[in-house]
Amino acid sequence: MLKKFINAAGWPRIIIGLFLTALFATAPFVGVLVSTSLSDTLVRFGMNGVLVLAMVPMVQTGCGLNFGLPLGIISGLLGATLSIELNIRGMSGFAAAIAFAVPIAVILGYFYGQLLNRVKGGEMMIATYVGFSSVAFMCIAWLLLPYKSPTMIWGYGGSGLRTTISVDGYWHDILSNFLSLDFGHLHIPTGMFLFLAALCLLVWLFMKTKTGTAMTAVGSNPVFAAASGVNVDRMRIVSVVLSTALGAIGIIVYEQSFGFIQLYMGPFYMALPAVASILLGGASVNKASIWNVLVGTFLFQGILTMTPSVINNILQTDMSEVIRIIVSNGMILYALTRKAQVKR
Amino acid sequence: MTQAKRTFAQKLSGFFANNAVPIIFIVISALAIPISGFSATYLIQELLIRIGRNSFLILSLLIPIMAGMGLNFGMVLGAMAGQIGLIFVCDWSIVGIPGIVLAMIIGTPIAVLLGLLCGVVLNRAKGQEMVTSYILGFFINGLYQLVVLYFMGWFIPITDTSLVLSRGYGIRNAISLMNIRTILDRLLPLRVGPFDIGSFHLGYIDIPVATYLVIAAFCLFVVWFRKTKLGQDMRAIGQDRAVSDSAGIPVDRTRVIAIVISTVLACFGQIIYLQNMGTLNTYNSHDQAGMFSIAALLIGGASVTRAGIGNVFLGVILFHLMFIVAPMAGKNLMGQAQIGEFFRVFVSYGIIAVALVLHAWKRHNAIMNARRSLRGAPDKKEAAL
Amino acid sequence: MPDMPLLKLENIGKEYFGNRVLADVSFSLKRGEILGLVGENGAGKSTLMNILFGMPVIASTGGYEGSIFFDGEKVNFKSPFDALDVGIGMVHQEFSLIPGFSAAENILLNREVLNRSVLENLFTPRVSTLDRATMNTRAARAIETLGVDIGVDTIISEMPVGYKQFIEIAREIDRAKTRLLVLDEPTAVLTETESQILLEALRKLADSGIAIIFISHRLQETIGLCDKLVVLRDGRIVKEVPVKDTELSAREIASWMVGRSVDNNPAARGRSSSTGETALEVEHMWVDMPGETVRDVSFAVHKGEIFGIGGLAGQGKLGIPNGIMGLFPAGGVVKLFGKPIELGEPRAALDSKMAFVSEDRRGVGLLLGERIDWNITFTAMQVQGRFLKGVPILGKFLRLRDDAAIAEEARGYIKSLEIKCTGPGQRAVELSGGNQQKICLAKAFCLKPDLLLVCEPTRGIDVGAKELVLGTLRRYNEEYGTTIIVTSSELEELRAVCDRVAIVGRGSVAGILPATRPPEDFGILMMGEKIDA
Repeated sequence: MLKKFINAAGWPRIIIGLFLTALFATAPFVGVLVSTSLSDTLVRFGMNGVLVLAMVPMVQTGCGLNFGLPLGIISGLLGATLSIELNIRGMSGFAAAIAFAVPIAVILGYFYGQLLNRVKGGEMMIATYVGFSSVAFMCIAWLLLPYKSPTMIWGYGGSGLRTTISVDGYWHDILSNFLSLDFGHLHIPTGMFLFLAALCLLVWLFMKTKTGTAMTAVGSNPVFAAASGVNVDRMRIVSVVLSTALGAIGIIVYEQSFGFIQLYMGPFYMALPAVASILLGGASVNKASIWNVLVGTFLFQGILTMTPSVINNILQTDMSEVIRIIVSNGMILYALTRKAQVKR
Repeated sequence: MTQAKRTFAQKLSGFFANNAVPIIFIVISALAIPISGFSATYLIQELLIRIGRNSFLILSLLIPIMAGMGLNFGMVLGAMAGQIGLIFVCDWSIVGIPGIVLAMIIGTPIAVLLGLLCGVVLNRAKGQEMVTSYILGFFINGLYQLVVLYFMGWFIPITDTSLVLSRGYGIRNAISLMNIRTILDRLLPLRVGPFDIGSFHLGYIDIPVATYLVIAAFCLFVVWFRKTKLGQDMRAIGQDRAVSDSAGIPVDRTRVIAIVISTVLACFGQIIYLQNMGTLNTYNSHDQAGMFSIAALLIGGASVTRAGIGNVFLGVILFHLMFIVAPMAGKNLMGQAQIGEFFRVFVSYGIIAVALVLHAWKRHNAIMNARRSLRGAPDKKEAAL
Repeated sequence: MPDMPLLKLENIGKEYFGNRVLADVSFSLKRGEILGLVGENGAGKSTLMNILFGMPVIASTGGYEGSIFFDGEKVNFKSPFDALDVGIGMVHQEFSLIPGFSAAENILLNREVLNRSVLENLFTPRVSTLDRATMNTRAARAIETLGVDIGVDTIISEMPVGYKQFIEIAREIDRAKTRLLVLDEPTAVLTETESQILLEALRKLADSGIAIIFISHRLQETIGLCDKLVVLRDGRIVKEVPVKDTELSAREIASWMVGRSVDNNPAARGRSSSTGETALEVEHMWVDMPGETVRDVSFAVHKGEIFGIGGLAGQGKLGIPNGIMGLFPAGGVVKLFGKPIELGEPRAALDSKMAFVSEDRRGVGLLLGERIDWNITFTAMQVQGRFLKGVPILGKFLRLRDDAAIAEEARGYIKSLEIKCTGPGQRAVELSGGNQQKICLAKAFCLKPDLLLVCEPTRGIDVGAKELVLGTLRRYNEEYGTTIIVTSSELEELRAVCDRVAIVGRGSVAGILPATRPPEDFGILMMGEKIDA
């Protein structure tokens, strides 16, 4: 019975799960409010959920872990800045940001997918550097693009956009505060959860369509899929487009809760936590489910929230960043080496 | 068509296709140098310094490429080992060449251990070496931070309080390496110039002879290594693991050796690099070392499967030339130095992306051609069509 | 003792998972003797050689029976390197050369000549440099022994295929110790003249005292070269004859190879039920399937017929169905009921109601990591849009997978094909080979095809499942009148299930015979000899 559970959940999840439970259990004894910590965890869970969800389509079609997430994020940043430039506020501002971002993501995703189809087998490393170089390219673009909105450009006559742009007064917490609930110190950003749930539902439904089924088969065995008359390359492109678009939406959701748009090198390392989260949730390099997204994001963000507060109080030192690096990269390493073994 | 029958035009286009990356960079530099407005003296001096600074690190990448393990993104492991050595040397205030040697002596066992770890992990991820070593670099970076940021000054004794953060443990963000700064570079000083070649004027130029001698020794090592049995085995494994294995070459072991050698050399390389810089950015230096070295090698015309000493030096020259002139050219052209800075970051990452894409593309085409070559007699085929 | 045999095999036997593949094989070989080993695919030749070489696969599947004596001593090799150590060299069918290395580097691979140096005492000999001059001389000498002219500096990847074969052999010759050389199909890739040169070289080697085991499907050259001939069939030696003193004909050998004892021979089927209507017409088709290249084939299949395609491995028989289904680049004309089919496009083949059971069950045939019911219904869903249901209201725009219907369909096949599993939700990877094959068949049946192409239907499955699979094919053909093309390496199986059988050799059709013809006739076609239809 216990063995079955361990097999089903997998050691990494059990270890991290126990660690997180231990953190929550010790929290009251070191003077950390469990409710506040839980609130933080929930907020960060909602913020990051969509970004992690953006991994699912590409993993499912065997394109590997989407280290090229920054491409989607860039689309999201373009959408967000355009929406502010046009001075659209409130829910319609948020909607406009998504409406601008998604078409850009679709176009970028299409070309990105074409590229990945030509480099099968080496997707992950190439995705990483495509992500990096597009971020660096956009750094130049942020300097040169003719934005006018005073909230976004450098004050004293300088040209180019600021490094961080506040979305206060535009659509800060616009989702999070929708129907949000408060129980004492416990804050639940209902709107953000509903939005994440809706997107998860859409992805889940899509995976159940004929195309979605074909995509799963492509990831599982591309030769089988091709022999069944599926256009493997097209399925891969669809998945890359979908991942990129979700990445674009994901960063906008993130920003509305975070309160700021981070430009320039901001999106640089954003793929790693998302990749680590979905792997932590139990996904492998070519199989991922919505369940993996939810479990993984919760565990990962839980660790990230709890370690600073609890460990800091015990050791009187902030080790959260180091723990984040070790856990997230350790998780990715585990997945990469495990896959090679199964293949052999 | 046999090779002898290739026309001059085909040869020429072949040359351009094979050397596209260096040619593009030569063109960019040729355009950017006049715009930047730097003097020849300044450029040559800067280049000579940077070649001395960076070449050793880049050379450390050659051996894993030979063994078919691609670009060793795990070289940052060696760089970290070197930095740990330097921290201790600083703490013990050991001055001059002994300081550098001691740093290397401390760094070597750490680099060997990390290299072994890296090699074993990569043997479990065959075919995905690059992405795995890349992530491994991040992972070890976490451990490095754990040690340097928390353990040092806590239960790893650090006596010099100027190295330690004000909270009482952990190493500061930037450490001044005054004790060993440019020690190697100035060991055998040589100043040449000024020159006047026609209307072309060159001022005084300092050459860091000792550093160059070390680099030359390394080049000789690489040349010698290629001729050894071990080098031959690595080349064989790089081309075909299965065949090498069936011929009795210990594939996994040899791959580990390749990574260990590379890691140790990267450790030395980082120490040479930092003695020239004079400051150690405790938490950043190694990251940059890896990325810039790989980009430079690729700019020099190397590929994921093929790299030589020539690529290293061409790469280091072109990469740093761009590095020096891009911000200034950006400023003079667009009025913003930042554009040039972002441009060189973009190019560094972009060039790695392009090299990886080209590599994957070529491999894909090679598979297709191999399949096509299996086709039966062409005359019959044409009849069938 | 000059007369003591160099190699002696005594009662060698081997079982794979309860499947007997070798029984009671005994023969011996003297110095300087050339032994020809012939037999159909699956007769046990490779297993025998694997045993001789101590391949790990033998030990990991329970070892072997009997004993091997080399030079009078009983040997039991743990790995191929042990075999090499005592002086047994092997040239494999597939090349084991490093493509970017020169001929000399390959001939001396991992046996390089080294310059002595001080360092080797400090570290390992691997840090000594190579003595290229000596290496080149040695390589040149080995090549010269073969009587060919290949430069030692030539890079392997730039050589014609035939040369590579010579380099492989030169590598074995260079081993000073080599006393027994095993060659597996060495002439398969050579041209006529190259073959001649090689055969002469082998003769010379034998005269110098090296014993040779020569495995080939080209009977004529085997007769010409060898001193004695051993014929394997179904894992037993059916004939061991000296060649030099007797007049052997290829026909005679072929009949030994394929002839079954009468009581063991199931009745051949061979209905001559041609309705006159043609189901499939193939004209001058070529297919780029690696290892199974099809050069130029033409044939026609009648409606309602079971048509067999046989032939030796690597001759292209598998390329034909794979090419028709569009899985590999192909050209020529393929017509189904008079309608041309677009080649190179699996979807076109599937759309015209053809279904395919691949020989590569795990690679092409199954989604190993997915559920049984997915495996069975996936193709039908993708091609025919079945097993989808509309969502209320959005029915027209959004149609989702009907998981209930999928499971139901799978349950039907699990029952009718007697698939042993825990239910439609079990993952395909967990099933036995026979049950996996039944799933592949169910997947094809689920498409309700007009033409069913089945490759190697009984490869790697146990006897009981074999009967069931073949029976199912026969029944399906009778019940629905479906035209079926069966491709198989097992001639008996083809004769038992098919009406007509085409034999493929060297990428084209060597002949098409009714299944009722005696097995020798097919054997002769397989050996590349002519026969009257």
